[in-house]
Amino acid sequence: MAENKGVMVCGEIIEGKLAAITLELLGGGRGLADALGEEFSLVLMGSGIGNLAKEGIGFGADKVYVVDDPLLKDYQTDSYVAVMEKIVKQFAPNILLMGQTAMGRDLAPRLAFRLGTAVSMDCVQLSIDPDSKLLLQTRGVYGGNAKATYVCEGTKPQMATVRSKAMDPRERDDSRKGEVIAVKSGLDPSMIRTKVVNRVKEEVAGVKLEDAQVVVCGGRGIGGPEAFKDLEALAKALGGAMGATRPPCDNGWVPASLQVGLTGKIVSPTLYIAVALSGSSQHMAGCSGSKNIIAINKDPEANIFKEARYGVVGDFKKVLPAFTQKVKQLLTG
Amino acid sequence: MPNMIVCVKQIADPEAPAGSFRVDAAAKQVIPAAGVNQVVSPFDEQAVEAALRIKDAHGGKITAISLGKNFVMDVIKKPLSMGADELILLQDPPFEGGDSYSTAYALAMAIKKIGGFDLIFCGRQAADWDAGQVGSGIAEFLGIPSITLAKKVEFLDGKVRVERVVTDGYEVIEAPTPVLITVSNELGEPRYPKLKGIMAAAKKQVPTWNAQDIGADTSKLGAGGARTKLLKLFVPVKEGKCEIIEGEGPEDAGAKLALKLREAKLI
Repeated sequence: MAENKGVMVCGEIIEGKLAAITLELLGGGRGLADALGEEFSLVLMGSGIGNLAKEGIGFGADKVYVVDDPLLKDYQTDSYVAVMEKIVKQFAPNILLMGQTAMGRDLAPRLAFRLGTAVSMDCVQLSIDPDSKLLLQTRGVYGGNAKATYVCEGTKPQMATVRSKAMDPRERDDSRKGEVIAVKSGLDPSMIRTKVVNRVKEEVAGVKLEDAQVVVCGGRGIGGPEAFKDLEALAKALGGAMGATRPPCDNGWVPASLQVGLTGKIVSPTLYIAVALSGSSQHMAGCSGSKNIIAINKDPEANIFKEARYGVVGDFKKVLPAFTQKVKQLLTG
Repeated sequence: MPNMIVCVKQIADPEAPAGSFRVDAAAKQVIPAAGVNQVVSPFDEQAVEAALRIKDAHGGKITAISLGKNFVMDVIKKPLSMGADELILLQDPPFEGGDSYSTAYALAMAIKKIGGFDLIFCGRQAADWDAGQVGSGIAEFLGIPSITLAKKVEFLDGKVRVERVVTDGYEVIEAPTPVLITVSNELGEPRYPKLKGIMAAAKKQVPTWNAQDIGADTSKLGAGGARTKLLKLFVPVKEGKCEIIEGEGPEDAGAKLALKLREAKLI
């Protein structure tokens, strides 16, 4: 049997565009392919994919496999797993990567089991071992308290999902040459056991958390929904976005889409202001990429102070209004 | 009256303070911290809750199963005290040292032995290793559809309607039974066991099955059946120091913090 070769990215299309995570995977995956001296490809599944293949080449792919089929319009486990199974069997990649997204969390494990191989989920670092040439897969465990490095020795492809913002995209270069290959999905409707009957968007207005350069985040210590309005005002003054740890979301104080953390959004702003949150590892998994963390918490032992650059130990109800007022003064003065 | 199975895992409390966390790098194992309790993994409690809500509405039976070792009976019986009808433990040295693959295989074989199920619930990921694979893996071994990241589950005649969490919202998905569903925290608080439930659970006999009982191919179990190899387990060293800004009271400190950020060119 032919050897598995090549690094392959399973791409994601969101509202007709390549998802940010796909561009990041093209950036990071390119490095892995170069280290191995193997080909680098991108798989795009969807309906009406258009010019996105060319964009994939511009961001680093050598080949783009395009599977364009109305049955692939919405992500569904059965259709996407079946198509990826077909692609993997046909093109035999050595390494298969995808994003740790709602799609990746669902597709990757099911596909790995289908193929009889293994996947490491939510990797924060990938590299090629210089001796074995195997993919070293490093991921957070125990809520992020520790890191674990795995290797998949016996089966192919070696699979990994990658955390948002763990890799950087390359500069788009439209002079890059590459091949676009149309692949038939091989699907028929009877293969798809689930049905998407509705989609509900719960977007918050203003700057998107994932893109914000300033994030103001509140934790359990905020105590209720009312005080989050003050965090929102501060975020607005700084041109940023508001987030929350899991407890305020679980308690219904703020919408679930504001959750920053291991099972929520991953943010990496220049300025991250953590208000009345302890800094649990599950939360830090979502914001540790921030360039500057500022903490306001009345507990001097709170873990957040081990992560922050500047902090105030005090009751946010007193600290925050004075901080916000001075910030507004400085911004207008 | 659906027949439901819920997979639960016993782990060290994930809410334990980060400072207490230690790793034995040579053994590639976490050192159990003194004073940290064992609990049912939180997303698994929500999986039990999801099953209980369906039992409340439609009746039926809930069987909880757990693969592990060193079970603390008070802890692992929690699904029973919440309202599950049966609990089966899978404990046997061949099950140990596995990864998602070998764990999912063992649980799938146990579920095949139980048989006659309409719904299987799992937590979206275990709060120790955070892999989030076993649910999908069980469904693949059983050849049934799976829906992950559920925040709401409704049981309709011969099918389910699930609200699945996606970025910035949710999608509504239907699937025929039998089906496996993984549950996320957006489902809501799991119910507290009532005294009556706790007392009934305490009296309940809990069978333990081994590899032979479930007819498992031992080459697919435990460390031998694992498809990944753990090379390194470590606690990342945290560098960096926090500068605490002080003032004559919290308001003054707040104002000084803003000035410090201006000085550092951060605002």
